[in-house]
Amino acid sequence: MDALGPQEWTAIWLSLRVALVATLASLPVAVWIAYVLARKTFPGRQLLNGLVHLPLVLPPVVTGYLLLVLFGQQGPIGSFLDQTFGISFAFRWTGAALAAGIMAFPLMVRAIRLGFEAVDSGLEDAAATLGASHLRILFTVTLPLVLPGILAGAILGFAKALGEFGATITFVAAIPGQTQTIPTAIYGLLQVPGREPAVLGLVIVSIILAMGALLMSEWLARRMSKRLGGK
Amino acid sequence: MAGPSDVEKAGRQMISIAIKKQLGAFQLDVQFEAPMGVTAIFGRSGSGKTSVVNAVAGLLRPDDGQIIVGDTVLFDRAAKVDLPTQNRRTGYVFQDARLFPHMSVMRNLAYGGTHDAERIIQILGLDSLLDRMPNSLSGGERQRVALGRALMCDPQILLMDEPLAALDAPRKAEILPYIERLRDEVQIPILYVSHDMSEVARLATTIVVIDAGHVVTSGPVGTVLSQPEAVPLLGVRAAGAVIETTVAGRLLDDGLTELSYSGGRIVLPGILGVLGQTVRVRVPAQDVILAKEPPVGISALNVLPVTITRIEHGRGPGVAVGLLAGNDHLLARVTRRSALRMELAVGQQIYAIIKATAVGPEDIGS
Repeated sequence: MDALGPQEWTAIWLSLRVALVATLASLPVAVWIAYVLARKTFPGRQLLNGLVHLPLVLPPVVTGYLLLVLFGQQGPIGSFLDQTFGISFAFRWTGAALAAGIMAFPLMVRAIRLGFEAVDSGLEDAAATLGASHLRILFTVTLPLVLPGILAGAILGFAKALGEFGATITFVAAIPGQTQTIPTAIYGLLQVPGREPAVLGLVIVSIILAMGALLMSEWLARRMSKRLGGK
Repeated sequence: MAGPSDVEKAGRQMISIAIKKQLGAFQLDVQFEAPMGVTAIFGRSGSGKTSVVNAVAGLLRPDDGQIIVGDTVLFDRAAKVDLPTQNRRTGYVFQDARLFPHMSVMRNLAYGGTHDAERIIQILGLDSLLDRMPNSLSGGERQRVALGRALMCDPQILLMDEPLAALDAPRKAEILPYIERLRDEVQIPILYVSHDMSEVARLATTIVVIDAGHVVTSGPVGTVLSQPEAVPLLGVRAAGAVIETTVAGRLLDDGLTELSYSGGRIVLPGILGVLGQTVRVRVPAQDVILAKEPPVGISALNVLPVTITRIEHGRGPGVAVGLLAGNDHLLARVTRRSALRMELAVGQQIYAIIKATAVGPEDIGS
């Protein structure tokens, strides 16, 4: 991996950090939204569903631009967060994580929602007749049974976050050491003649990371189904 | 049959249900009261049986009415009472067991509480299953665990929705004695949904017959099942009286058991418990043959002198005949042609012939 210079390694570590933070931060929200969409009926349910899926169907550049408008230094949400909590997204790695999280969100919600829909609500009824509160049912029956779905959603979200390009480059550009991730680094290197070895190195790292995530999810899923009695 | 002594034993009304619910085009409008013991809700599938127990458990909210169990008002539309399911203390045994697949038998059992755990585990024979996972259990074992789980949350009523319907005959035979023990040892009322008359006859004290969302008849099992007019309501196959007998002797050499009832003795195949034990026997109405003279040279072992108490003409070719054998009621179903040819009339002394093998093992309970 001599082809990879310090700048490339920085991009790799940054990518991992961005994807990990994006996945972990959006996972609880995705689980909650998936639960609401799978189990509750309320006015505006379709609207919420559409809103969640928007990043999936919009051109990523548009999503990135909207993020820039809303979360940029001058943006209404961005300036509020900056002044109140000192959290800034503009041209920082946190912005890359935000963009990756938003883009991965619909995929996570879809996978987790399928998980919720696969849980027999009869089991929840049974738990209620045994005296369990809604919260206890959620944490002892529903969530443990949705765990494979949550895991699938998280892996899918992580892979998507790792590969996010359009929204990220639009929102936070590709500043080496700040916001340059593997995809934006590859794109950058392709603009410079003679950097093909570095490109190849990053491509191989991408493949290794993606395969690793897939294998890990397979392994975890198998362990979990074994725990449920190996169906 | 359930005489006055049973009613006294049962005491006051434990369950009082009067509910209305519109379910699409289906209207449920059910009203009945039941004493302690097992109350069977009997009817064909789609008659609304499960909706009734779901309403008691709080899984289905009635449009109107009230549900009272013991001293607790679970639901009362007028008084705006609607206890949430988790506060109703209804032990519910579902047809499909609904064990939590990610928990061991032990954790399933303890999920709702550990009330009287040792005794319940012992009664239901769950000792050797505690460390197993639900997916590794047989259907019968699953239902036993589900039953134990429901009981260990210390319910004030036990709801059982066709708990044996998904099981084959040997598994049913394996579980029925456990349910009988529970009925006799655990002092809580049981609502038992079933479309299988032999189960009902074995287990129930009270029967509520439901058809198309309405109660068509109800009362003590012995009384309802021996009413000729109940035959069309129960269906020809399900009709048949239940008589209480005592084991009087074992004819071990040919595998038969002699049972005494109020009017004499009958013999049935199989070894049916110990001497002196009370045994409930359901005699299917379609398996009773009537004769005006004591028959000679026939293979049937049981010829009972009886008095005709009632003759009920139905719409079809069949006639239901109510009979008194000693103090016990029997029910026979013969064709209209036979009834006319024999000139059957109320008050006549005739003979009822019961083939010993007509009473299957599933019709005999303790």
